[in-house]
Amino acid sequence: MTARRDTAHVDPAHVEFRGVAKSYDGRTLVVEDLDLSIRTGEFVTLLGPSGSGKTTILMMLAGFQVPTAGEILLDGRPIHDLPPRKRGIGMVFQNYALFPHMTVGANLAFPLEVRGMDAAERGRRVDRALRLVRLEGFADRRPGQLSGGQQQRVAIARALVFEPTLVLMDEPLGALDRSLREEMQYEIRRIHRTLGVTVVYVTHDQQEAMVMSDRIAVLRGGIVEQIAAPEGLYEEPERAFVARFIGENNQLHGRVTAMLDGDVCDVETGGEQIRALKVAPCEAGDDVTLSIRPERVAINPEPGSYRNVVSARVEDLTFLGDHLRIRLAACGRDDFIATIPNVLGHGGLLEGDDVRIGWTVSDCRALDHEHP
Amino acid sequence: MKVPVAPERRAQLRALGLVAPLLIFIGVTFIAPLATMLTRSVHDPVVADALPETLALLEAWDGTGTPPEAVYAAAARELERAAAERTVGQVAGRVNRVQGGLRSVVTGTARELEDLDRGPWREAMTAIDDAWADPATWHAIRTTGERFTARHYLNAVDLQRLPDGSVASQPEERRIYLRLFWRTLMVGGVITLLCLLLGYPIAHLIARSPPHRANLLLVLVLVPFWTSLLVRTTAWIVLLQTQGVLNDILVATGLVSDDGRLAMVYNMTGTIVAMTHVLLPFMVLPLYSVMRGIPSTHMNAAASLGATPLQAFLRVYWPQSLPGVGAGALLVFILAIGYYITPALVGGSDGQLISNMIAYHMQTSLNWGLAAALGGVLLAGVLVLYALYDRLVGVERMGLG
Amino acid sequence: MRLPPTSIVPALLAAVSVAACGSDAPRSITTVSWGGSYGRAVNEGANIPFTEATGIRIEVEDYNGGLAQIRAQVDIGDIHWDVVDLEIADAVRGCDEGLLETIDVNSLPPGADGTPAAEDFVAEGQTECGVGNLYWSTVYAYNDENIPGTKPATMADFFDLEAFPGRRGMRRVPQVNLEFALIADGVPLEQVYATLDTPEGLDRAFAVLETIKDEVIWWEAGAQPPQMLADGEVIMTTAYNGRIFNAQVLESQPFVIVWDGQLLDVGQVGIVAGTPRLAEALEYVAFSTSAESLARIARRISYSPLRRSGMPLVTTHVVAGVEMEPHMPASPANSARALRYDWAWWVDHQDELNERFSAWLAR
Repeated sequence: MTARRDTAHVDPAHVEFRGVAKSYDGRTLVVEDLDLSIRTGEFVTLLGPSGSGKTTILMMLAGFQVPTAGEILLDGRPIHDLPPRKRGIGMVFQNYALFPHMTVGANLAFPLEVRGMDAAERGRRVDRALRLVRLEGFADRRPGQLSGGQQQRVAIARALVFEPTLVLMDEPLGALDRSLREEMQYEIRRIHRTLGVTVVYVTHDQQEAMVMSDRIAVLRGGIVEQIAAPEGLYEEPERAFVARFIGENNQLHGRVTAMLDGDVCDVETGGEQIRALKVAPCEAGDDVTLSIRPERVAINPEPGSYRNVVSARVEDLTFLGDHLRIRLAACGRDDFIATIPNVLGHGGLLEGDDVRIGWTVSDCRALDHEHP
Repeated sequence: MKVPVAPERRAQLRALGLVAPLLIFIGVTFIAPLATMLTRSVHDPVVADALPETLALLEAWDGTGTPPEAVYAAAARELERAAAERTVGQVAGRVNRVQGGLRSVVTGTARELEDLDRGPWREAMTAIDDAWADPATWHAIRTTGERFTARHYLNAVDLQRLPDGSVASQPEERRIYLRLFWRTLMVGGVITLLCLLLGYPIAHLIARSPPHRANLLLVLVLVPFWTSLLVRTTAWIVLLQTQGVLNDILVATGLVSDDGRLAMVYNMTGTIVAMTHVLLPFMVLPLYSVMRGIPSTHMNAAASLGATPLQAFLRVYWPQSLPGVGAGALLVFILAIGYYITPALVGGSDGQLISNMIAYHMQTSLNWGLAAALGGVLLAGVLVLYALYDRLVGVERMGLG
Repeated sequence: MRLPPTSIVPALLAAVSVAACGSDAPRSITTVSWGGSYGRAVNEGANIPFTEATGIRIEVEDYNGGLAQIRAQVDIGDIHWDVVDLEIADAVRGCDEGLLETIDVNSLPPGADGTPAAEDFVAEGQTECGVGNLYWSTVYAYNDENIPGTKPATMADFFDLEAFPGRRGMRRVPQVNLEFALIADGVPLEQVYATLDTPEGLDRAFAVLETIKDEVIWWEAGAQPPQMLADGEVIMTTAYNGRIFNAQVLESQPFVIVWDGQLLDVGQVGIVAGTPRLAEALEYVAFSTSAESLARIARRISYSPLRRSGMPLVTTHVVAGVEMEPHMPASPANSARALRYDWAWWVDHQDELNERFSAWLAR
């Protein structure tokens, strides 16, 4: 991960958004001042809830929407004058957009045909693309005769068959059921690795984003909250929204009581004094959100091993196979979650037990305060 | 033990009972009249019923010279009876259609025969009218005496049966129906094409509009249905006539001179314009319902794959809208070739279609046999067209929404 | 004519309606006429006084001529029309085909001066099944404002495109037009039908029509010609004289009728054969063709009574107050150059000539 980051300045940016904004009605901005740089061969996911502007960003890149402000560069050249067909970008649509009146083969041959490629070469490329998505022998079927997963593969093959260097995917797995979705996630990742194309992927499913992406841009209300590799987003969220959106976490609202050296602060929440890593810019007296991942919470730790230790009561125990999920009353709230690896006999815990829980300073991040 | 079929059978009967009103309705209002009309086109028993003996005796006649006295005697007796029963007019009307001028001969003779009770009948009838000495008169009676006849269909395609039994074309000045059939098909084709050209963009616009605007546009498409056909057609007369709105505008803007006002109504132009307007909704609605089912992403997908807008339309959108095009075109065409009110009002001399002749024979000449035959030919044409469509496109792909 | 499948339903409906109407239902009949200004004149002149005099109500329906509906009703046996205003050719055909009841002229009331009905009616007014009511005429008329300078005066002028350039209106049927063409071509009135009876004469008539064919707008309904004249769509048109008269006196249109070569015809009233309301229908026919009723109608539209004793009763128009005499088609001045419509000839030749006319039009 770090290695890739180090080489960033060597690779030219494949796609670059500079100050891009978009408004449909002239008043509200759907995308606000977007700066984003995507390297060649990178798999970048735009992740966010619906209405966060992720699809609009994709449509501007594809050429179906025109930015209200700013510019988009492809290989260093502005593309606002290029119609979609001249951008040479492969695109996979939400509902596949396969042409139902054409066979699978004809669907795949379509982009080659409009480029004036001769029939023999077309046939070779279509075969190669079908092999890539493991659909050899399906060329003569119609899309309507295929399963959802197969249609998805055809859509991907069609977006790749004319060998674009950039492929956009707009929630391509949204219509599939869970197990098929997971299978396709790995499939897409395999294809990406095989071909080395740049992929910009849109989804609202954080799990999907985590599985496939080199980097994830988390969007909310038209603004990029944070862009980082999956591990980075999980381990070092910079915004309370990101921490909440990526993985599970306990968010405690509190007030800074003291600023200490080394980006550390003391925060008062629910009657407890917690020492946390200062992430959001804050001063004593500011409201902050403390973010603590459930799996970083220790139950009944050895005295002195954690800086933050508070007393709690076990409210609820849930056995989840590989781990145990414990709901606790702590820090003035009763939905504090901790997870511990599956151990025999629930680690001796029973509902109603009074326990002590603890976590380190670096696992407790003081983030921006959100008004719920 | 109960037989398990009974409740099932009862359910079937109940289902049949529920659809029975519809079946009876269709049977009474559609199938029976259709069957009656088609029967009429080949079955005409009036003369055969009125003059049975005359016709039987005419069988033996060799067709040259006048028939023997026995034929005259039988004819005199049966014509007198027809006059008394007041069916002689129908007999005379039919004979007259084969040989113009015989109506008054037959009715007049029948009337005067009432005062005669003694032969010889040949002299008596020839004295009343010398047409009875003309073999053509007897040929006409023999022709119309066929209980089952093809003469209406022959007439409907401008053919006639000559006295010697051979089939030949009608004389040039009476050849009308084939020309009208051909013109009807051409006009229907032109109107269908115009409806498609005008309706396709409209349907596309509606299909791509957000729901509330689409509803408004659909209502606008349907508004013409709220006004009577006559009002709409008359409105076109007001717009298109020589002193009409459109010509006034053209003259006012100097595009045409006051002497050079365009003739846009009471001719083929008027027929085509008014009928295109009247039939346009029948094209827009099936097109709309099919186009609504074409995802809007398809055009984007085609563009992203490198297609120009024209390629995207021709290769992706147009083929998918074809079921609507087929349904709309078939609907408009079939309606167009059956229309007669609009051409009657704005058609003028060259804007008449075959349906106007059918109406004429139904209402004025009362030649229902010929009207039925013309309708039969039209029906056959439509069925051929439908079969052709099924063969080329496939009826199951027709999208009526 | 046997119609087994379709005859069941009307029969059932008839049975139901008979069952529904009690025997004490008010007596009423349905009369069928041509609508428009003529229909109004008949309504005011005959129908309303009839209801006042007898208590029999009248339902009026309009039609456009022809025997089709009557034949359908008689064939099926469900008769809801009782009395029909007919063209004379249809009255004769309908009688021959058994579609109309025969009416004995002696059952009709005597004239206003006491003359027996049989003598009161002009000779051509009576047929076996029809009682004559009014003279009417097809003439041609022009809009005075649209023809400056010399005005058309003869039938020949109607066909003279050089002297009077512009579009003509004509009814889209062979009848009348062929006669007009021959009159315009110089055939004496008394030889018109004799000429038409020869193939050469027919060819000649069509040839004359051919000379103005490109300038003709063909009309179908009687209301169209005055409208086309008013709109300036045509500069002259053939028309029913009553329609032009109404536009003249009620709408003050500057229309002028050219009586030269007018085609004079008689109207008929007939009773549909087999009507269950025969007595009432006969009563109505007797009333509506009385000299007084015909005069009342003729004071509302310029069609002259077929009863000699009715003519003196026609004075002025009830609304406009103008003298009716100068506008009547049968007045001596107007009928000096009138041709009597030979319906018998047309009954014989209508079928073939309509085909020929349609073929000619389509060419």
